Amino acid sequence: MWSLSQIAGSIHEWLSTTFNPTIALVLEMVIAGVAIIGLFAVLGLVLVIMERKVAAWIQIRLGPNRVGPKGLLQSAADTVKLLVKEGMTPDGADKFLFNLAPFIAMIVAMLLMAPIAFAKDFQLWDLNIGILYVSSVSSIMVISILMAGWSSNNKYSLMGAMRSGAQIVSYELSAGLAILTIVVLTGSLQVSEIVQSQANGWWLFKGHIPAIIAFVIFMIAVTAETNRAPFDLAEAESELTAGFHTEYSGMKFALFFLSEYVNVFIVCAIGATLFLGGWMPFHIGNWDAFNHVMDYIPSSVWFFGKTFFLIFLIMWFRWTFPRLRIDQLLNLEWKYLLPISMVNLLLMTALAILGWHF
Amino acid sequence: MVEELGKTTEGDLVINVGPQHPATHGVLHLVITLNGETIKNVEPHLGYIHRSIEKMSESLTYRQFIYVTSRMDYLSAHINNHACALCVEKGLQVEVPERAQVIRVIMDELTRIASHELWWGAMAMDLGALTPFFYAFRERETINEIMEETCGARLTMNYMVPGGVLQDLHPDFQRKVKEFIQLYKRKIHEYDELVTGNIIFQNRMKGVGYLSPEDAISYGCSGPVTRGSGVSSDIRKRYPYEIYDKLEFDEILETGCDSFARYLVRIREMEQSVRIIEQLIDNIPEGDFQAKTKAVLKLPKGEFYQRVETARGELGVYIVSEGGTTPYRIKYRSPGFSNLSVLNKIATGSKLGDLVAMMGTLDLVIPDIDR
Amino acid sequence: MQNEELKTIIAELLPAAAFEEGGEWLTVQVEAADLLALAGKLSNNPELNFNYLFCLTCVDWKTHLTMVYHLRSTQYNHHLVLKVKLNRDQPDVETLSAIWRTAEFHEREVYEMFGVNFLNHPDLRLLILPDGWEGKNPLRKDFEDPINMIKL
Repeated sequence: MWSLSQIAGSIHEWLSTTFNPTIALVLEMVIAGVAIIGLFAVLGLVLVIMERKVAAWIQIRLGPNRVGPKGLLQSAADTVKLLVKEGMTPDGADKFLFNLAPFIAMIVAMLLMAPIAFAKDFQLWDLNIGILYVSSVSSIMVISILMAGWSSNNKYSLMGAMRSGAQIVSYELSAGLAILTIVVLTGSLQVSEIVQSQANGWWLFKGHIPAIIAFVIFMIAVTAETNRAPFDLAEAESELTAGFHTEYSGMKFALFFLSEYVNVFIVCAIGATLFLGGWMPFHIGNWDAFNHVMDYIPSSVWFFGKTFFLIFLIMWFRWTFPRLRIDQLLNLEWKYLLPISMVNLLLMTALAILGWHF
Repeated sequence: MVEELGKTTEGDLVINVGPQHPATHGVLHLVITLNGETIKNVEPHLGYIHRSIEKMSESLTYRQFIYVTSRMDYLSAHINNHACALCVEKGLQVEVPERAQVIRVIMDELTRIASHELWWGAMAMDLGALTPFFYAFRERETINEIMEETCGARLTMNYMVPGGVLQDLHPDFQRKVKEFIQLYKRKIHEYDELVTGNIIFQNRMKGVGYLSPEDAISYGCSGPVTRGSGVSSDIRKRYPYEIYDKLEFDEILETGCDSFARYLVRIREMEQSVRIIEQLIDNIPEGDFQAKTKAVLKLPKGEFYQRVETARGELGVYIVSEGGTTPYRIKYRSPGFSNLSVLNKIATGSKLGDLVAMMGTLDLVIPDIDR
Repeated sequence: MQNEELKTIIAELLPAAAFEEGGEWLTVQVEAADLLALAGKLSNNPELNFNYLFCLTCVDWKTHLTMVYHLRSTQYNHHLVLKVKLNRDQPDVETLSAIWRTAEFHEREVYEMFGVNFLNHPDLRLLILPDGWEGKNPLRKDFEDPINMIKL
């Protein structure tokens, strides 16, 4: 059966037999880089069209339905439009920072792709601190938003950036603690080991109530961290027109847009890895026949299925809830989520020490 | 903006909300002095869509000037026309046929529902929830179709004329209105499920934009804004016109004095409007739809004042006549203008995010304010 | 309270007041100098309690301006119309914004549209007309805009 790891393996074999090891390594890196950029572009297209279709479905309308079959090429057409649009830089802007900010957002999103296990044995870089790497690199995201807001020389942008700074920094704590609860269970920060530890059941089911609480907190915190509604205060359109990217147009705007969607994908991938077993198929105890059928579904399908389910959840939030106010947003984090996740972590630690989980 | 800049102290941020801004729903220009996220002062600058309808009306005849008023508060076009028609009729002392009166009231109430539907969707959109807008338009579309059939227009309807209504009802009118009522009753619970009961929404609305009853009166507020503060102000109840005194409906009063109270008033007002329509729709009397009036109307010398309850509050039409075919002076007392004046009072000290909630519950329609 | 009763009370409050007949509501003509004092009494008098100023406007009679104030009491549901004649060349009148806050906005509108100068107004500046507007007041009868005028 064809699987992503087999394809990767045969490419590796072919390269190492044809070229000397150094060139083979360089070529492999180039291929990986191109693949990531390709995935980036495809994700952008797919997620945008998905968002619009989900929105349309929730809002009892049709959504894009003109370009291509059922409007599926709409986001490709939009990309072309954004590419050929003029990228304006305001006169009063700090030009260097203004132009740099979207690229930082983009680079951060790309860096985050590295430790994600897309399928069985198919991972760019299985470093032993994978989860720590993700949560630390994603913090850089706030710098690009602050940079964009500050350099635009626009009061709306500045306010959006300040809101975003306060928001991302605070919600990272909850997200981090929610991640830690799973790390406590697995005893490892390595993505492959975390996935492997869920071979006999996903942590969401094995970890009792603390895991479920951690999952809920994680979903709330990452929604806030990616600036998605109902936490989209940084770009609250009815208050700040477009927040930190008010002054951006053309491709520079598209990069922000793209990085937002890729970030959503990444946090959902992390969520799927930690709580829903990554690429692990769904197994129930000793129902061997059932488990066997589940094994036939390719691991990449499992991974993307879970990830897109979580993405759908986040989109569902966006099209249902009104936006929070800035003080309510911070109250929610500091007065509710953070204490709850701290207690939850303690509970989980106790569970792990006593070995009460499955 | 220059004046506001002069009043700031160090650390203040002056921002222009509008004239082009997603939350002002039109060309309202607010100059806001902020300290961090906290509002220190809100100063409206008007006139971006001022068409000087009052001046224009001075050179239009008593038949013509009514059509301009549909463009004032475009969401209650029928009710604006109604006020003008009533005022001219008061001057002419014309008795309007009962059929016309009933038709007018049904149209008014349909307009009120349509206006509140749009307000509901737009206000939820201000708070960041886009979906309610589409749900509101689903019902509003049915009303628009009814309007289109009978009046020929979907937004700036011109149907009420001095003496009655312009033409008779469309044959499908009754059936379609009943269908709408069915649809409305089937769907209204979705409004509560989607927005009213939402915990985020309630937190955004409760305790926000406190308007005390004394201030509501002193600032000349009217309509749901005052009723949200527990002040009875429904012109239909207090100073009935047409057949409102024969109808059964409740004046909705909430005592919360905050944005949520104003929100509830409007939501429950829609139910009352449906109740009024239900009483009338099967009992439209036969007869003329227009009283016999002269081709050229001349009002006697004098002053005439007529007020009606629009979706936004008390609309007054003040006609000063010199006995000619055109009014000597017309003043429209628009509800939005007075309601806007209270914005600075209730917004000072709250967060920028609350401002859109307050503006949403004041239900500002800019052409109504600018006239 | 009926018009006749109102009339007697107001005649007591301000003997100089002249009553106009024919309108729907009791109409009182007062001098500009007496306006503020009478307005204060109208809103403070517990029997009258005119707490709601629902319409404030001005009429240009070519020879003079007339300020028109429509008042009502939300408590007793009675109405009163106050009228003040103003000199067309120097229209000065006391502001009523201290008594009814809604007057502040309406007076700003009248100020720019008719050029009535409201004394002691807290914030008397242009509201609707663009900043730096020069020339006549648009709602006066002799206003003509030579550039944009469309004659009907």
